[in-house]
Amino acid sequence: MHELSVAHAVVSTVVDALPSPPPRVLGIRVRVGELSGIVPRALEFAYDVAAQDTPLADAALVIEVSPVVIDCPACGPQQLASTHDFRCPVCGTPCGAVIGGKELEILDVTLDDTCVSEDMVEVSA
Amino acid sequence: MTARIVELRKGVLEKNDLLAAGLRAQFADADVRVSNWVSSPGTGKTALLELLLARAVERGIVAAALVGDCATDNDAQRLARSGAPVRQIVTEGMCHLEADMIGEHLSGWDLRALDLLVIENVGNLVCPSSYDLGEDVRVALLSVTEGEDKPVKYPQLFHSSDVVVVTKTDLAAAVEWDRDAALAAVAAVNPDATVVETSARTGAGIDDLLDLLSTRTPHLQEAP
Repeated sequence: MHELSVAHAVVSTVVDALPSPPPRVLGIRVRVGELSGIVPRALEFAYDVAAQDTPLADAALVIEVSPVVIDCPACGPQQLASTHDFRCPVCGTPCGAVIGGKELEILDVTLDDTCVSEDMVEVSA
Repeated sequence: MTARIVELRKGVLEKNDLLAAGLRAQFADADVRVSNWVSSPGTGKTALLELLLARAVERGIVAAALVGDCATDNDAQRLARSGAPVRQIVTEGMCHLEADMIGEHLSGWDLRALDLLVIENVGNLVCPSSYDLGEDVRVALLSVTEGEDKPVKYPQLFHSSDVVVVTKTDLAAAVEWDRDAALAAVAAVNPDATVVETSARTGAGIDDLLDLLSTRTPHLQEAP
């Protein structure tokens, strides 16, 4: 259960990227890989606590879950149906080369445009 | 009101990852091999480490250890009997170690004098898998008393590990340990893992493990 630490990291990373004074943040989108060790429901719960009394207090959290993708030497990138069977779903070869599914990243933030300064646009560039 | 979407593309654990990258560079510069040991509580990490450190001293390999626990310095006291330098990291309830804790607890140690540094993480099979500590090798430990299917139940950890150590093999017969099933479970989540079978009671596998951890491994998985 380290979702609360992760939720605090999400909030502080976004807050640090905001210009001063911070614009109103309407939402943030986070990608969570199935191999990241983060449980989306637990992160949602922890986020509500972590966002309190910050510029993100009213910002809705949207979590996109990304599946495990391996790079099979014979068949190329293949999406796995589970996190505990690292065999190519096409040819059955065991394969540990993971090219997707470990993500834990903030994709974007949605700001109230009426109070966005140009600083924020530069931050995103 | 209009909304504007601003792309951020930042890793959530970027701060930890940056600190870990700094540690990794520091370890490489000092030419010390670093391993991060992760398992559930009671797997026998400390008993195995006790023996490994004592063996290292016997063989002239200069080893040190950082041990993480939620409370007490019991483990550090146990391990210090080996004669190797040991420091306890008390997390005060936190369920995993983070890179900044490693940096803090290394101060005053001459890394260049070391061949091997073992970081014993807090007993937990879930959270430590998300935090890079700058290690060369991540070691997941599994005791024969825990059940053969642990690796498939906790795939994130076993997948992210380079080495899987089986502990307490002296108890294998008593608990009807199904070795083939366990090795298949490891292979299912991590086909590239190196498996070492050990017993802190008999000393089986200790030298193999020491060799593996104190020499540079040619294949290393990317940090998560």
